[in-house]
Amino acid sequence: MPKDGGIGASTKRREDVRFLTGKGRYTDDINIHGQTYVYFLRSDVAHGRINKIDTADAEAMPGVVKVFTGKDFEGVGGIPCGWQVTDRFGEVMQEPAHPVLAQGKVRHVGDPMAAVVAESPEQARDAAEAIEYDIEELPAVVDMKEALQDGAPKVHDDLTSNLCYDWGFVEENRDAVDEAIKNAAHVTTLELRNNRLVANPMEPRVAVGDYHAGTGDYTLYTTSQNPHMIRLLMGAFVLGIPENKLRVVAPDVGGGFGTKIFHYAEEAFCTFASKQVNRPVKWTSSRSEAFISDAHGRDHVSKIELALDSDNNFVALRTDTYANMGAYLSTFAPSVPTWLHGTLMAGNYKTPLVYVNVKAVFTNTVPVDAYRGAGRPEASYQLERVVDKAARELGVDPVALRRQNFITEFPYATPVAVEYDTGDYNATMDKLLEIADVSGFESRVAESKARGKLRGLGLNCYIEACGIAPSNLVGQLGARAGLYESATVRVNATGSITVMTGSHSHGQGHETAFPQVVADMIGIDATQIEIVHGDTANTPMGMGTYGSRSLAVGGSAMVKATQKIINKAKKIAAHLLEASEGDIELKDGAFSVAGTDKSVAWGDVTLAAYVPHNYPLEEIEPGLEETAFYDPSNFTYPSGAYCCEVEVDPETGKVEVLAFAAADDFGNVINPMIVEGQVHGGIAQGIGQAMLENCAYDSDGQLLSGSYMDYAMPRAADMPMFKVDHSCQTPCTHNPLGVKGCGEAGAIGSPPAVVNAVVDAVQRAGHHDVTHIDMPLTPSRVWSAING
Amino acid sequence: MELKGSRIIKADPQTVWNGLLDPEVLKACVPGCREMHGSPEDGFDAVVVQKVGPVKATFKGAVTLSDMDRPSSLTMSGEGKGGAAGFAKGGADVTLTPVPEGTELAYNVEAKVGGKLAQLGSRIIDGFAKRMADQFFERFQQTIEGPQDEDESGQDMAEAAEGGGDEKKGWIKRMTGG
Repeated sequence: MPKDGGIGASTKRREDVRFLTGKGRYTDDINIHGQTYVYFLRSDVAHGRINKIDTADAEAMPGVVKVFTGKDFEGVGGIPCGWQVTDRFGEVMQEPAHPVLAQGKVRHVGDPMAAVVAESPEQARDAAEAIEYDIEELPAVVDMKEALQDGAPKVHDDLTSNLCYDWGFVEENRDAVDEAIKNAAHVTTLELRNNRLVANPMEPRVAVGDYHAGTGDYTLYTTSQNPHMIRLLMGAFVLGIPENKLRVVAPDVGGGFGTKIFHYAEEAFCTFASKQVNRPVKWTSSRSEAFISDAHGRDHVSKIELALDSDNNFVALRTDTYANMGAYLSTFAPSVPTWLHGTLMAGNYKTPLVYVNVKAVFTNTVPVDAYRGAGRPEASYQLERVVDKAARELGVDPVALRRQNFITEFPYATPVAVEYDTGDYNATMDKLLEIADVSGFESRVAESKARGKLRGLGLNCYIEACGIAPSNLVGQLGARAGLYESATVRVNATGSITVMTGSHSHGQGHETAFPQVVADMIGIDATQIEIVHGDTANTPMGMGTYGSRSLAVGGSAMVKATQKIINKAKKIAAHLLEASEGDIELKDGAFSVAGTDKSVAWGDVTLAAYVPHNYPLEEIEPGLEETAFYDPSNFTYPSGAYCCEVEVDPETGKVEVLAFAAADDFGNVINPMIVEGQVHGGIAQGIGQAMLENCAYDSDGQLLSGSYMDYAMPRAADMPMFKVDHSCQTPCTHNPLGVKGCGEAGAIGSPPAVVNAVVDAVQRAGHHDVTHIDMPLTPSRVWSAING
Repeated sequence: MELKGSRIIKADPQTVWNGLLDPEVLKACVPGCREMHGSPEDGFDAVVVQKVGPVKATFKGAVTLSDMDRPSSLTMSGEGKGGAAGFAKGGADVTLTPVPEGTELAYNVEAKVGGKLAQLGSRIIDGFAKRMADQFFERFQQTIEGPQDEDESGQDMAEAAEGGGDEKKGWIKRMTGG
């Protein structure tokens, strides 16, 4: 196998050439002859009754093709939710209607209530200003606990309350956990907030709907992480278009981070409207619009209690979380605080009893859904903060307390339903202490002190369940979709290969890493292999990219399909070599007969498959193309240990992140450079959450942090150089590549390290009453904590 | 957002009261006001052009007067829609108390903004609102009192004139034919 292109090679990302030279083809680059443009009139109040929308003046404006309101969608389905959670009493969650355009009420600032389709974007926007509307503003609910009080305004009048569900996990353990906490030698309690975030991918969302009256076919071009799922959700549940008449294309996508998983109203609108006006309809989100229409992330308020026995063994853990759903249920919203969160609460520890309670709440805010890590960062943050606090309360070394409670034997069945297949938490901790030079920390403290600064060190572990997911399991948990993945490997006549994957790449480097796997298996150069993704017309039905699943699930499907190819090619080679199939070996792109010098090249075999003059037609079909679907038998469990070093200016409360180290166990690694890049990006987002980012609403439900003037995105200057290591590798036991996934780890593992470090810094300065500071750690918050 | 303040106006409460109810006076005093029509009984319709940080918009709105206790207190409330820019609305409780120098006008303003104004302007909205209130009451004072000595009020009068105050002489004088 070529050393620069197979498994384990840090091959440079081939897609970056087009991305970095401005030659990417994004959805906004798609312009179809005759296309029109839509502008959405969005609610500027958080909650209101629509008394009147009069579009007459707008329809008379120059260039206007048609104006739509909620009335136009009365016979059309609503935006569906893809996951149904059952509460702790056995009842299914409350699931409100989610119309494409608001009907009767508007429920958050940004809720679309009318749409103008016009000849130009400017004409559409001008005409939207001419829409006369009368919205009777109603009291809004923003705070989750207030939303659950008796008499609180209801976001949805037809629901019994603002409670989506009250989930208990594992409900049968509830009493035992309560009892264990009551009787424990020590209980550490912490209340914290996981701040609401806006994903802010570099490319805002775009949709182009294109109906072809000649054939009755629809095409939707959209900025999506999973075009097949959009086709299924929109086709089957919203517009009633069968798959054979609906094509969804997600071309180059400039970052997703979760917020481009979901099916959005704008996609359904453009598809629907393109038939109504019989012309293509394009929508391009502005950045301002993205803030009030892209699903937000996180927004949990939690109380966590960790009980320990007199030997400092963890004996029980109890959490009580309020999770903000926003005004409607986004596609995967109900699953995030439950099955992607509660199942991870055991963390890296052998705590025998765990109980997680989550109340999901409707508020008059933008819907909240998965954002890089999705539920697992919320779990990791609570757990690693409370363990740190416990170590401080007990006066023990936080590393020693963690090690003492580590799970060390695998497979390990946690009390929260999942079974970790492999891991070595001591190994990643050892590696972390080494690369972060933790032993040299005290001298650095002295050096900072000499400059009047408070230095702190924080570390933590994390585990995540990714590679989602076993379909039969998630089906039991309420998923309304399977979570397998697919691949078609098409070997062309001359030996080049086109791999069509159901995964989608929007920054992860699939176009480079996936060929490395196939190249390695066959022994040809990776440049002979091309990855096709993102178009339902030419890829097998797949579930898309999120939950660090592409390589573990999608890559495994590709391995299965490639193995089928190899098996068939061996039959062809055996025929060409007049040998027994069992004696054929494939090495370095050539088939040979074991123990002889007889061989036939890869290209000769593939040519024979398509020019079958000398071919075993009675045994096998011509052609060389195979499809495989792979449904994993378990999640994968990447894990690791992270360390952050900070310096706090006691005069101003300003925190500087000086160093960050990450030791991850991702199992086997296909392209180390891409893995490092993924970890870097994840850490940057995690530090962004911990230090800077905060999505804020006022009490009326007005979004206050609605632009980059007020929503602080992390910049390069806010980051230290990262030290990352992935040499600790315990391969996944149940997928053919032994890989675990690395896309979310950085964002899951880094926030607790940063907060632990800042608390450490202020504690070292004698502020022993400061046991927690909520994210983001702004100078004002840190200064206030220090100064009471 | 809330604002409180007071100022002394050298006129009796009835004169100040009449000024508050006069659309011409209001037009002259509301910063950026292009149009103001109506009556105290039916309320006023107003068009105001303002720029809040990066958002410039024409607000069309209505002002209503309520809780009128002539000549000592009233509540003014209004809402302006700025199209794509969002909305601004608010109310002011105004009390007029006789003092030896004339009348003490005290105000308690509550204002809200929504939509793009809140999204983009929330950081600057408090300062903006304070400036608007200061300008309004400053102009109002000038309009009621009429011109002072040049060195005291020349600049303010120029502002008032620019904002729509058509006369350099005070409102009292105009009303009394002076």
